[in-house]
Amino acid sequence: MRIGILLLALLAGNTFAQTPAIPASELRSGVSFGSAELRAMQSDDFANPGMLWVERGQKLWQTPVGSAGRACASCHSDASLALKGVAARYPVVNASDRRVIDLEARINACRTSQQKAPALAAESEDLLALTAFVAHQSRGMPLAVSISDSARAFFDQGRDFYYARHGQMDLSCADCHEHNWGRKLLAETISQGHPNAYPAYRLEWQSLGSLARRIRACLFGIRAQMLASDDPQLTALELFLAWRADGLPVEAPGVRR
Amino acid sequence: MAAGSRVQVPTEVRRGEPFEVKISVRHPMETGFRVDDMGKPIARNTIHEFICRYNGTPVFAANLGSGIAANPYLRFFVTALDSGELKFEWVDDAGERGDAAATLRVTG
Ligand code: HEC
Ligand code: HEC
Repeated sequence: MRIGILLLALLAGNTFAQTPAIPASELRSGVSFGSAELRAMQSDDFANPGMLWVERGQKLWQTPVGSAGRACASCHSDASLALKGVAARYPVVNASDRRVIDLEARINACRTSQQKAPALAAESEDLLALTAFVAHQSRGMPLAVSISDSARAFFDQGRDFYYARHGQMDLSCADCHEHNWGRKLLAETISQGHPNAYPAYRLEWQSLGSLARRIRACLFGIRAQMLASDDPQLTALELFLAWRADGLPVEAPGVRR
Repeated sequence: MAAGSRVQVPTEVRRGEPFEVKISVRHPMETGFRVDDMGKPIARNTIHEFICRYNGTPVFAANLGSGIAANPYLRFFVTALDSGELKFEWVDDAGERGDAAATLRVTG
């Protein structure tokens, strides 16, 4: 029986790899599983605490740093034009070193190679602020990552991680987010596990946090081995998540429980 | 800590008519009851005093504390007779001060 299910899962993984398990017509953003208060908080730009980071990011965007003495704005000029839609197609494969990078890594690449400034630490206020600012410029635009050509191998890696069982609880991401969404887990309603709200303000964190932090919280929850926040497997997983959420609008900065 | 804040007031208000002021402040509001990853207690640090003045006159004040979530968001009503400046000031348990301001044009 167990082997039968496993075989089926393997077959499904291979045969239908090009269509997400949750069809477009059933895709639901995580916010729709939240309470009315939570939804109101996300949609009111003043009540949404994530906007504090967006505003801070806007200031950082205009501030010259590093030995090159340049601000982000020196090269990218008008953010609302230059950055529109960028977050919706990340993660991408970086042309220069053929690695898969998320928005945080892209921003840090500009910090180190263009501004000649030290990279910002994962989950630092400044990296969250810049990421939230950049992502916010794509708000409302549908997620649309590319999984062709050089992205394909990373996509496969992310998908394999997603459907593999992890940790002491022996659960896969799909066990919760594809087979049990809409059900309760303790006090939470399990959503479809989409990345479109990140970086997001989580009430439990009392802070903004990245998608990597959210995924790590899930890994912690199932008592799995932790992935470092710069582990390429994590970025590959982020690519797979973006693909299975294809078409959902960017909500960053979202608000979550 | 690099604080930040956001203020929202109408750009134009009518003389003597109440209007809403909204402010949110980036602050961890550490309760003093939490421990870090090493089990060491994290010192309490909350904004304990908040005051808003209009052209120098106090129009709103609040004492906050550990019962308030991080990044406090305050809303209150003020009436104005003349154009001028709303100034917000606050101080936390670490003695760090923050401030913000907004200008108002009064008509009618
Ligand atoms: C035991 C069930 C469980 C497993 C297994 C699990 N998660 Fe989650 N996940 C949750 C819960 C509960 C939440 C918070 C409520 C929600 O948004 O779904 C969550 C939230 C998320 C979110 C944020 C969704 C949003 O809109 O804010 C993402 C992304 C996510 N999980 C990805 C993953 C990934 C990737 C894996 C596999 C490594 C995984 N999860 C494994 C239970 C689980
Ligand atoms: C000296 C000029 C320069 C500075 C300063 C700079 N960038 Fe860039 N940035 C570039 C160039 C050139 C590219 C395109 C590189 C590529 O495609 O490999 C780029 C690409 C990007 C992208 C990806 C755009 C896309 O369409 O994929 C983002 C996002 C970005 N930069 C953000 C930032 C941020 C945030 C800062 C400040 C922290 C910054 N940049 C500072 C030159 C700069």
